[in-house]
Amino acid sequence: MDVITRTVDAKGQSCPGPLVALARALKDARTGDLFELLATDPGSRSDVPSWAEISGNELLDADVLDDGSFRYVIRKAV
Amino acid sequence: MSATTTTETELQTTSLADLLRRVEALEAEGSKQIKKKNKLTIIAWGGNLDQIWPTTILATTAAASGMESSVFFTFWGLFAIVKPGVRITGDNWMQKMMSVMNPGSAQKAKLSRYHFAGAGPAMFKKLAQDHQVATPDELIALASDLGVRLIPCQMTMDLLGLKREDLIDGLEEPIGAATALAEMRDAAVSLFI
Repeated sequence: MDVITRTVDAKGQSCPGPLVALARALKDARTGDLFELLATDPGSRSDVPSWAEISGNELLDADVLDDGSFRYVIRKAV
Repeated sequence: MSATTTTETELQTTSLADLLRRVEALEAEGSKQIKKKNKLTIIAWGGNLDQIWPTTILATTAAASGMESSVFFTFWGLFAIVKPGVRITGDNWMQKMMSVMNPGSAQKAKLSRYHFAGAGPAMFKKLAQDHQVATPDELIALASDLGVRLIPCQMTMDLLGLKREDLIDGLEEPIGAATALAEMRDAAVSLFI
């Protein structure tokens, strides 16, 4: 099982907050590092996959948690 | 050998030569085409809050997505990148009047509709705060931080009487229309806001 390198908590933030927080965290990371992004922005459901497609990073998992918030697992690919 | 074979050979030679010509023509055409980069270029023309906001959101999101991102500030858009402390700019009464009508910095940007003497933008910012949406001035700082190239237009700076020292730090050297076009030409996405 791969270990999450870092959790980015962007709960409460609106567009483009979660993506900017994620991009910033990824900037200093190594290729292959795993990131967990926590968000409450409903827009992130479409935005995180789009971001992964444009940026070339890998979205491994997208979940809705019990409290209704969202959790994404991203692997830094570039 | 029969005459038919000669005709067939001639035909093959002709079509091969024709094919080569067409390939050459296509290659020549291809080299003239512009290669688009994974890049966003925005011409920030409007200085209204409801224009500067989407401009800065898109520019920062593009940079956060690994796209090249550049914003060319011209006309009213320039007032959004005036330093917050700078009040009246310009050398003559016309330029000074324009700076009074367009208070500098993104913080002071007006709404294009429902401005209500400033009540509209105040309400907007309250809503933005409640929803944790970054404000345009925060987004401009963020854009700069993320490597978005913020470029002022030299001609409109001269026209409006804005000097380099009136504008915020972190901007690129002012450029002209041709350079702005060159920025847009190779960008997969270019917008005028």
